[in-house]
This record gives sequence, structure tokens and C-alpha cells, in this order.
Amino acid sequence: MRAFAYHAPASLAEAVAILRREGPGGRVLAGGTDLLVQMKERGTVPRYVVSLRAVADLSHVTFQTGRGLVIGSRASLTDVITNRDVRERYPIIVESAGLVGSHQIQNLGTVGGNICNASPSADTAPPLIALGAILRLHSDQGPRELPIAEFFTGPGRTALEEGEVLAEIIVPDPQPHSGGSYERYTPRQEMDIAVASAASFVILAPDGTVSHAKIILGAVGPTPLHARAAEAMLVGKIPSGGLIEAAASAAVSDARPISDQRGSESYRRHLINVLTRRTLTRAIESARG
Amino acid sequence: MAKMIVNVEVNGELQELLTEPHRTLLDLLRDNLSLTGTKEGCGSGDCGACTVLIDGRPVNSCLVLAPEAEGRRVTTVEGLAEDNKLHPVQTAFIEEGGLQCGICTPGMLISAVALLRSNTEPSEQSIRYAISGNLCRCTGYDKIVRAIEVASKRMKANAAIASH
Ligand SMILES: Cc1cc2nc3c(=O)[nH]c(=O)nc-3n(C[C@H](O)[C@H](O)[C@H](O)COP(=O)(O)OP(=O)(O)OC[C@H]3O[C@@H](n4cnc5c(N)ncnc54)[C@H](O)[C@@H]3O)c2cc1C
Ligand code: FES
Ligand code: FES
Repeated sequence: MRAFAYHAPASLAEAVAILRREGPGGRVLAGGTDLLVQMKERGTVPRYVVSLRAVADLSHVTFQTGRGLVIGSRASLTDVITNRDVRERYPIIVESAGLVGSHQIQNLGTVGGNICNASPSADTAPPLIALGAILRLHSDQGPRELPIAEFFTGPGRTALEEGEVLAEIIVPDPQPHSGGSYERYTPRQEMDIAVASAASFVILAPDGTVSHAKIILGAVGPTPLHARAAEAMLVGKIPSGGLIEAAASAAVSDARPISDQRGSESYRRHLINVLTRRTLTRAIESARG
Repeated sequence: MAKMIVNVEVNGELQELLTEPHRTLLDLLRDNLSLTGTKEGCGSGDCGACTVLIDGRPVNSCLVLAPEAEGRRVTTVEGLAEDNKLHPVQTAFIEEGGLQCGICTPGMLISAVALLRSNTEPSEQSIRYAISGNLCRCTGYDKIVRAIEVASKRMKANAAIASH
């Protein structure tokens, strides 16, 4: 690794002040599991690094009815996975965070880093978009909130502005009669990156029809994608095997996959069909309870 | 770039180490402290040869910047034995043939010890999951899994004797 200046501020205010003062060429450091690999192997050479290690009040994972789930940007994936409220109320987050790397990686890495790194295959992104998460961002101008659906702008690119830090991820309260599921396809079971993934989240009305549906596809476009045609097809209908099949086919036309060494375009389209069908089936089952 | 001091507890001893920000915890352990039990395989989080415990949790020390270890408690393979007596997991690895070339072993032992601290009766599946971030090119894993099973049984038996 090439040399850089290292800052470990004790507060968020101090962190954004450093970013403002030092200007371009800095990187925020959470768990480092993406950043260090990029600095060692991909020629990323930050002029300075602002570590969140010592920042107070960023490592929390808390749930409060009415306020939802709040994940501090320095909370490790393990902190999230092992949290009782997350396990009970947001199993889809546990499912996706538990797929990231290994225990070692989960003990270092954060949900915030997974999102800010903005890899098209980031595992926690599709579920958080499906759940309608809100990001609380801070700069020296103060805080702002942004729906995570508007956060990803391209591979490795986000709506974070120069000098801005992600402070918290807020997930709304779980809705009654809702259910979600995430699945990715990797050739190996562990320690691999998704070739394609899908998150499905549905809410059912008292009459059993779908009142709300979100289907988010990972690794088949420059950012996680909304399968809007598939979502539209579901709303207002009673879920059936046939409807799920039709939505899965519609999701395939929403995807914009590329061919690379992990899989061809047509293979990814096939995977999207299968993963949408499976996650939707499971989401509907759990919404029915 | 400016040198800096990192205060870190390694295997129970407080250390004050002079380093640079772009060094890793792995470099600190091997180069500053000559604790060469912890290995570098890939240097990028894939192989687990560099696994150590930070505050009791296994992490890849190759992905931790040296100054990030400030104020933390680090355990390496050298810290597993107590009073010159090998840890039961170490003994079981030797007896069950859980190693061949030995490069993966320090990391495997750390992952195994971390597992057995949180789960005293792990299933074969949870053992395999616990070491899924540790690659071994030699053993085919079966003997490692067996060694961890043997160690867990023995540790449980010892704990039962100790509590009587
Ligand atoms: C062996 C290995 C396996 C992996 N497997 C997977 C996998 O299966 N699935 C997957 O999705 N990922 C995987 N990853 C990638 C990585 O572990 C995750 O993306 C992780 O969640 C990143 O979190 P971090 O805290 O380590 O991020 P860091 O490396 O600290 O940061 C990542 C990026 O986000 C920025 N950043 C971090 N936090 C903030 C913040 N609060 N505000 C502003 N910017 C910020 C950093 O500047 C950097 O650009 C793997 C990585 C390795 C090394
Ligand atoms: S050397 Fe750290 S994981 Fe391979
Ligand atoms: S014993 Fe050689 S790599 Fe595991």
C-alpha cells in the first residue's frame, strides 16, 4: 500500500470538518474490507483516510416501534446479524448480511460500507431498497436524508457528495402481513460474489391481494434495479403460481445484465427468472404467515 | 509519511508500537513483534491465513490498518496455549492430522477457538461454516473438521470434570 495521512476523529462533526478541510482525494474508512483490497490490488491511492473507528455513536443497531430499525454506519455486519430485533423483525437483512464473505469479513465489514462501495453485486443493497430504507448522510452543512433507492448512480458510484459521510441506515417498521426474501446465485456456497440476485418484498391486504410489491435485482445492471413491470403485475391481485411465474418473466425484461467471466447475459436472465420466482414465493408465504 | 504510536494488547501484553498508517495489523504482528505464527497468504481477505481475534472475534489481520488496532485486544496463535500447555484444539489438530504443510493452521486454529467459545457443541455443518473463510490446499478439510469435533468433546468433558 502507498502511504497516506490517517485521521481518526472522535465525532462525526470532526470527521466532516476534516473532509472539508483536506478536500478531494480522501476516503472514509469503516471496516476496510473493500477499501483495503482496492488500495492493495486496484491502485486506489487515497491522499488521506478518515477512519470512523473512534467516532462515538455510530456502532449502534437499535429498533423502536414507530422509529424503525437504525443501523449505525460503523456497526459490523456481525452486530447486525446477531441483533435480536433484526433477527425477529427483518429476517431478509439477516439473510443477505450473512452471505457477505466469511465470519472474518462480517466481523470487520459494515452494512454502510457494503452500500457506499456500491458494487452492483452488494448483497445488502437489494433487501434494503426493497424495505424502503432511508440513509442519513452528514456533511459540514448538516444532515440530510435520502431514500436508498436514489443512492446508487453507477458501479462504485453513489449520491454521496464530496465530504459527505453516511451516518445511519433507517429501515421503516415492519408492516403486518408483509414478507421478504433474498437469494443470490454463486457457483460456490460461501466466499463468492453474486452472479445475480433478487430481493422480493410484499404486503398483503386483508382480502389477500397484494397491496405493495418490491422486487429488486442485483448484479444484472450498473446498480441494483427495480423490476417495475413485475411489481406492477402483482399489485391488486391474489398471488397464485401463475401470477408468480408471470412476474418472474417480467423481471427478466427489467434486468440489464452484461456478459463477463462470472456469467453470460443469457445465463443471468435465466437466473433472474428463477431467483425472482423463488424469492417471491417465499415472500408471499411469509406474508400469509 | 509520519510514524505513529499504536497501543494494543497482544496475547495479554500491552504493547506500544511504532508504525505507519499504511501498514496492516498483520505487519505489526509479524514485523514489530516477531509473532510470525500469523501467516500472509493472499493479503486480500480470501484465504484466512492471517486470522487473529480482535476483542474475541476472528478477523483478517491483512485487512486491518495498523492504527485501527488502537486500544483493542488481539489474540494470535501464539496466545492460545496457556502455561506452556497447548490449547485442546491445537492438541486435537496434532492427534487427528488436521494439518499438512501448516500454512493455514494458525488461522484455522483461531477460527476453531472462536467457534468453540460461542458454541460448545457445534454440528459438523456449523464447524464447516465457521472455517469457510479459511482455505486449506492440503488436507481436504475432513481431518480439520474431525479435529475440531474431537476438541469440542474433550473441552466439554474437561469442563464437566472441572465443575464437579
Ligand atoms: C474476501 C471477501 C469476500 C467478500 N464477499 C462479499 C459478498 O459475498 N457480498 C458482498 O456484498 N460483499 C462482499 N465483500 C465486500 C465487502 O466485504 C463488503 O462490501 C463490506 O460490507 C464492506 O464494508 P466495510 O465496512 O469493510 O467497507 P470499507 O472497505 O470500509 O468501505 C467501502 C467503501 O465505502 C466507503 N465508506 C464506508 N463507510 C462509509 C461511510 N459511513 N460514509 C461514506 N463512505 C463510506 C469507503 O470510503 C469505501 O469506498 C467481500 C470482501 C472480501 C474481502
Ligand atoms: S492473508 Fe489475509 S485473508 Fe489471506
Ligand atoms: S495444511 Fe497446507 S494449506 Fe492447510
